Amino acid sequence: MSRALKIILIVVLFFLYLPIILLIAGSFNTGTDLAVFKEFTFSNYVALFRDRTLIPLLLNSLIVAVLSSVIATALGTAAALGIRSFGKRFRSAVMTVTNIPMTNPDIVTGVSLSLLFVLGGKLFDRSNVLGFTTLLLAHITFNLPYTILSVMPRVTNMDPSLREAAMDLGCTPVQAFFKVVIHEILPGIVSGLLIAFTMSLDDFVISYFVYGPSFATLPIEIYSYTKKPLPPKIYALFTLLFAMLLAVLIVMNIVSGRADKRPRCSNITQLVFRRKDVEKT
Amino acid sequence: MRVRGLASPYLAWMSIFIILPLCAVVYYAFTDSVTGEFTLRNIVSIGNYWPILIKSIWLALVSSLICLILGYPVALAIARAKQSRQRFLILLVMLPMSMSFLLRTIAWVSLLEDTGIINNILGKFGISPLPLIRNNGAVVLGMVYNYLPYMILPVYTVLSHIDPSLIEAAKDLGCNRTQVFLKVILPLSVSGIISGVSMVFVPAVSTFYISKKLGGSGTTMIGDVIESQFKTAYNPNLGAAISLVLMVMVFICIGLMERFSGSEEREALM
Repeated sequence: MSRALKIILIVVLFFLYLPIILLIAGSFNTGTDLAVFKEFTFSNYVALFRDRTLIPLLLNSLIVAVLSSVIATALGTAAALGIRSFGKRFRSAVMTVTNIPMTNPDIVTGVSLSLLFVLGGKLFDRSNVLGFTTLLLAHITFNLPYTILSVMPRVTNMDPSLREAAMDLGCTPVQAFFKVVIHEILPGIVSGLLIAFTMSLDDFVISYFVYGPSFATLPIEIYSYTKKPLPPKIYALFTLLFAMLLAVLIVMNIVSGRADKRPRCSNITQLVFRRKDVEKT
Repeated sequence: MRVRGLASPYLAWMSIFIILPLCAVVYYAFTDSVTGEFTLRNIVSIGNYWPILIKSIWLALVSSLICLILGYPVALAIARAKQSRQRFLILLVMLPMSMSFLLRTIAWVSLLEDTGIINNILGKFGISPLPLIRNNGAVVLGMVYNYLPYMILPVYTVLSHIDPSLIEAAKDLGCNRTQVFLKVILPLSVSGIISGVSMVFVPAVSTFYISKKLGGSGTTMIGDVIESQFKTAYNPNLGAAISLVLMVMVFICIGLMERFSGSEEREALM
């Protein structure tokens, strides 16, 4: 790596992390202004644990993120498996539509879903349809393309003879699916689930147009503070979430680093190949 | 097993929650807010917002360009780092993306405002406060900050897949480092650049939070107009019409870019 590139890398990383450092500093500050550091304190964390508004909102965000990512992953995995067996033209039409929520600006996706819900509400004569259900439906919708696209390459690269071999060996189609197919596409399913979960947890723009006053999430609450200064306990919450995410990433990095080194016995293709090696010797 | 049938729940979902909402946008865009009858008035009155639309496109283009200038060397630096370090650096670039973009934008306000951190530091050197916020520059900075990872990731993906023997071949044939970059690396990374530019441009052109926090009265973006039609002015029909125009515009841009870069490469990226 040449020196100039290295310097740009470091400067850009500093640029990306500067606001995060400020927010973390703000969580230990006695004042409410991020720009002025008065005195060091833990009181914001104490206030956070005594708090009765932020924690429930965080739980709301988590409920929506868990439900929407699990449902989207299940629907998306099934879809990825089914779409492969479509004819070429129909498949490309389906994939074009699937790409719409990804290429469309978030605000347009949010607006279009809110209009759909309002129209649907008119149809069933209900004036305030917006709430938990609409929020969940919207989150599943914008998560789906990511789960499909992350499972799809695994399905494409899967050797169809593996499933056939399992069935020749006496598996029913359902058993073959759970014992062989799922194994093959599992990495795609897991990464799709993780992408969907993080996207859903942090989404503001789409949620903003489809949430109802009965059920809000944390980003919506933060947005509502646009005019007034934020209570510093939000910075404490941010710091805790950041620390947790950092810990998860470090653990994942170590675990996957180890997994790369040792042979993975669970992988059926590798087992098949290894047996061939044994036969050769 | 009827594998084909596995996709039917998704096909139903797709029709209801992707296709129908777009129909709803078209329906609202062409109907009157009071009578519900067909009208072209919403589409015609977009004319009033033409300067705002042009300005949004301009600011988004400028931020895409800055993201490219900053992001390309970063992607190159990561792609040239040791294999074991590349993963870590990519995680480092992605990590800020998963933290609340609202709070990170608020942190920029405290850096840039008249009594903010940068002006405080400048003040210590006897420099009077600079107008760092409530202008186009601050909005562009906010966009670059928020969307820079979207540029770095696709460019890195393409760069890390370039066969090193191609670079060696170019060197063997007498290219110097600049020539290797201009004749081999840059042309091979065009698809990553295009994908990065569109991934920055689309959220940047439609943003409303960044312009609200970092911009002033003169930096209203098209996203702000849409948001206000739904949340304060309550004219969803006009909001739908502007959304429709924005969507068509984005699809034309993406279509042009894809034609320019060749769609196969784009598919390979995803």
